[in-house]
Amino acid sequence: MADFVELWTYLSATPLFGLTATLLVYVSCAAVYQQFDQSPWLNPVLWSIVLIGTSLLWLGLPYQRYFSGAQFIHFLLGPAVVSLALPLWLRRKELKQHFGRLALAGFLGGAVSALSAYGLARWLLLPESVALSLIPKSVTAPVAMGLAQSIGGIPELAAVFAVLSGLIGALLARSLFALIRVGQSKEDWTRRGFALGTVSHGIGAARAIQVNPQAGAYAGLALAMQVVLASLWIPVLFGLFG
Amino acid sequence: MQALIGFTLLLLFQVLGEAISWVLPLQLPGPVLGLLLLWPALSNTWILQHVRVVADFLLVNLSLLFVPVGVGVIIHLDVLGPIWWQVGLILLLSTLLGLVVTVAVLVGLFRREGDDG
Repeated sequence: MADFVELWTYLSATPLFGLTATLLVYVSCAAVYQQFDQSPWLNPVLWSIVLIGTSLLWLGLPYQRYFSGAQFIHFLLGPAVVSLALPLWLRRKELKQHFGRLALAGFLGGAVSALSAYGLARWLLLPESVALSLIPKSVTAPVAMGLAQSIGGIPELAAVFAVLSGLIGALLARSLFALIRVGQSKEDWTRRGFALGTVSHGIGAARAIQVNPQAGAYAGLALAMQVVLASLWIPVLFGLFG
Repeated sequence: MQALIGFTLLLLFQVLGEAISWVLPLQLPGPVLGLLLLWPALSNTWILQHVRVVADFLLVNLSLLFVPVGVGVIIHLDVLGPIWWQVGLILLLSTLLGLVVTVAVLVGLFRREGDDG
């Protein structure tokens, strides 16, 4: 038994542990998700975070030690943001044709989401640093972290809020759209996808891609647009008045 | 080899973006500038072919990349503990509101122009 404890102490201290644990848990969660017809409640990001997070707390392993391995996956977020140029390029004809309207919808949707969150946080008397960390919640996590830092928020909190906003959209969009009677025509799938990418970035887009190809393409487009739009308006507004 | 060249290209565009973001007084993050630089560069077929292999892989598995930072919630439990329900409510309401506004704007704009809705 002593040998086992020593082996575990040795293995859990190497970066291999965090990297392997992340992939193993995610791949398992994704397999279960596939098995049950991609039910939104089995979202693999949600369950991977819950399972790894509770395991770390339970085993008493510090997050820093986990992240020393998981950072190799985290690092890929940068190149992934750059690669969002691909869906924009592939849809350049539609984008050119509707650019003004899509940009306006993306801007208004993202800004209403950000400012309503900030206003509610102020109204509920949350600390200013938390309120500011809520502003970039519709933007994909790596960009949200940089934006939060530039306006005086906490980057790690901003990342968590972005991930949670992603999950909320992925889990509830279908019921919400049914409630406000968005149909299932090609144009409706465009709207559903674009809205999901606007407020729920990569996690919403990942969900949209699985549900409908048209929705997926527009979610990718919206997520990339949101990255650019939010990077422009958030630092200007909160840099000047914040 | 194609994937390797594609990945190198993505990193080069990110480096270029980081460099410009550092030199110019812009608030745009490096990867976002990289995206904006790569976009027109994809008109080059060689770049498009090589980037596409890696970009497809990264975008299909995008949700995995959020796991490490999401697990980071455990080091902020002391901040979030006392305000968890307020934060939860805010995230829920603002996200749903954002979805409704985006759909409503799209419905309104495309109906008025009458060419896509």
